[in-house]
Amino acid sequence: MTPVDFVFYLFSFCLLTGGIFTVISKQPVHSVLWMILSFLSGAGLMVLLGAEFVAMLLIIVYVGAVMVLFLFVVMMLDVDFAELRAEMAKQLPLALVIGLVLIMQLAMAFGAWELGGGVEILDSPMGTPEGAGAHNTAALGLLLYDKYFLLFQLSGLILLVAMVGAIVLTMRHRKDVKRQDILEQMYRDPAKTMELVDLKPGEGLK
Amino acid sequence: MADFLAEFLQTNLGIVVLVTAQCLLFTIILFVALAFLMYADRKVWAAVQQRKGPNVVGVFGLLQSFADFVKYIAKEIVVPAGADKFVYFMAPMLSFVLALIAWVVVPFNDGWEIATLNVAILYIFGMSSLEVYGVIMGGWASNSKYPFLGALRSAAQMISYEVSIGLIIIGVIISTGSMNLTDIVRAQEGSFGFFNWYWLPHLPMVFLFFISALAETNRPPFDLPEAESELVAGYQVEYSSTPFLLYMMGELIAIVLMCALVTLLFFGGWLSPIPGLPDGVMWMILKMSFFFFIFAMVKAIVPRYRYDQLMRIGWKVFLPLSLGWVVFIAFMAKFEILGQFWARWAMLGMGG
Repeated sequence: MTPVDFVFYLFSFCLLTGGIFTVISKQPVHSVLWMILSFLSGAGLMVLLGAEFVAMLLIIVYVGAVMVLFLFVVMMLDVDFAELRAEMAKQLPLALVIGLVLIMQLAMAFGAWELGGGVEILDSPMGTPEGAGAHNTAALGLLLYDKYFLLFQLSGLILLVAMVGAIVLTMRHRKDVKRQDILEQMYRDPAKTMELVDLKPGEGLK
Repeated sequence: MADFLAEFLQTNLGIVVLVTAQCLLFTIILFVALAFLMYADRKVWAAVQQRKGPNVVGVFGLLQSFADFVKYIAKEIVVPAGADKFVYFMAPMLSFVLALIAWVVVPFNDGWEIATLNVAILYIFGMSSLEVYGVIMGGWASNSKYPFLGALRSAAQMISYEVSIGLIIIGVIISTGSMNLTDIVRAQEGSFGFFNWYWLPHLPMVFLFFISALAETNRPPFDLPEAESELVAGYQVEYSSTPFLLYMMGELIAIVLMCALVTLLFFGGWLSPIPGLPDGVMWMILKMSFFFFIFAMVKAIVPRYRYDQLMRIGWKVFLPLSLGWVVFIAFMAKFEILGQFWARWAMLGMGG
């Protein structure tokens, strides 16, 4: 077994363990932590494949941002997870069917890959992006911003619409809350708002 | 013997031994440096407030940090009742380890780095974005209200400022055309020394980056997760002894890492400021110490922000500014306005 094989099996083992414990652990916060472990192992596998840029994106976007929000929500939720878990057994047949379908899909994809000559597809001009000899960050960038520029922009636009929608749906202006207006504070004129009074002893302000 | 050694270092086992030795050596140097940085931090703080600071242990109190270290280790670990023990002990270790492993890609001199990564800057960014887990897990696992509130604050704060740090880094990446830290430093090389570095073309972003770094590492004036007047000590209320020490060290290592990052991204890393003087590791150390001094001064001088003000600055000021700057840099670099002022990839022989 070469070191690469060893590391591959190590990461795969962590990934599967993380996945299994995400489902079966009793404490929802632990579930999220196990899920983080499986994401990190996934990033490790990406590095083994030579896709270091994707691995780093996986860590930054999923582990660094999305899972933090997950953890937030799970910690704040007031749901009886024990009750939910009892109902999980009922969904088992459906889950098994979905799992079976997924495995079949993977098997079909792998079969097509084997029949099609495997890695040779990647070497043909059809499969590889231009400039594939460069770092894969540069290759990805060239592909996204040159060849698929419109599609890339379009997906960005869709995300923007979703974001605007989420903000519009949840935004409410409360009139009864005092807000700090920084600009107004900065442009206040001391001469207009302050007055210096020279008081003699025994005298008060009128 | 030398032949055998050279041959051995080419084998798999040899590489493992070499990397482990490099990591150990670096860790030891970093820890000793940390002890004195902690001392320097306290001395600067004391000097600003016209106190003496630590002055009892050793000459001028130089050994104070080591005494503190022994004290932390020797104390009893108190675990709160109802704490989630596994997560509770995992959190400080995570915080410490994540702060430490980001250092493997930091070059101190040309080629003086443990791992050469094409995506080094993304790696550091990713590791520092993971540091938030140490805080959240600690706050949650303590099973106590104040730590939990501190953890929530910290998570929101770190995520907010990561956004602007990421955008500022993108500006530097566009200028360089590479995510490798060595390339980024080499792109700042030139015949004008000090004026060739990125601080000049990216001038407003230097300040934004510095302030975001303060917020990202929970340093004053943005140390709201551990605001003692509101939350006792935030997420670390329930921690004592060695776990607490790990939190403290993790935080300090992250701060020094941010000093290194400012130096590498905007102030030319190991390059010498005056043309003619040799480049070298001492410039890197000097610059990092200078930025650590600034960090310490900020802690002593600036009063703590209110939480809504902190969030306002992050989202309403820094995010639009840094986003606008990315667009500006992309435009200036693409059309090579002012020659190689912003577009430095040509110097490194890289195609745009």
